[in-house]
Amino acid sequence: MNEILTALLLVLGSLFSFVAALGMLRLPDTVIRMHAATKAGTLGAGLILIADAFFYAELGITLRALAAITFLLLTAPVAAHLIGRAAYYSGIRLWKKTWIDQLKDRYHPGQTKR
Amino acid sequence: MVAESSLVIFAGRFALVVLLVSIFLALVRLIKGPDAADRIVALDLVSVLIVAFLAAYSIFSGETSFLDVAIGYVLIAFLGTVALARFLMRSAIRRSENANLADEASNNE
Repeated sequence: MNEILTALLLVLGSLFSFVAALGMLRLPDTVIRMHAATKAGTLGAGLILIADAFFYAELGITLRALAAITFLLLTAPVAAHLIGRAAYYSGIRLWKKTWIDQLKDRYHPGQTKR
Repeated sequence: MVAESSLVIFAGRFALVVLLVSIFLALVRLIKGPDAADRIVALDLVSVLIVAFLAAYSIFSGETSFLDVAIGYVLIAFLGTVALARFLMRSAIRRSENANLADEASNNE
């Protein structure tokens, strides 16, 4: 039973990680790419860590996997927020189909660079 | 505890190969990425994928200490990402200050 769960979680987690990497390669601009990297990447790594917990089925291993998942879930949004702010402020070019940009003219008043 | 059932061994092999391909794809974006921000995002994804790889390899090899390495790596990767983002922010602020100074200078002339 545990082996079936382990195998299933391993395959699912690696497929989500692959989706994240594919999005990183194919999506059109920095902010949209961050969406793929942060969400799908964290989900993939988390699923594989849960697979670890099911495979060993020991208290220590489960706690370690849970600690790693907690750190991932705590740090990923903070890092994504910091990168997004720095990227927008440094003037990345948004996708040409972006039709709503509420920060326009807030960070660089007078400069119309995009 | 080494993976004995052939199902887990097959799934582990599959996961390792897929994760390696994913790391390679993220590295392509790291090399291509037109802006510095793209490279930082790609580096962040690479570190998350390496954590997933470490977890999968600890199942495949039966060595539990890779999980400790994964915990440490998450924290170090977070620090690296924050440092790079702050560097990008700082250099952007400096650039806009320099632009404002140049504007004032040209207005005074």
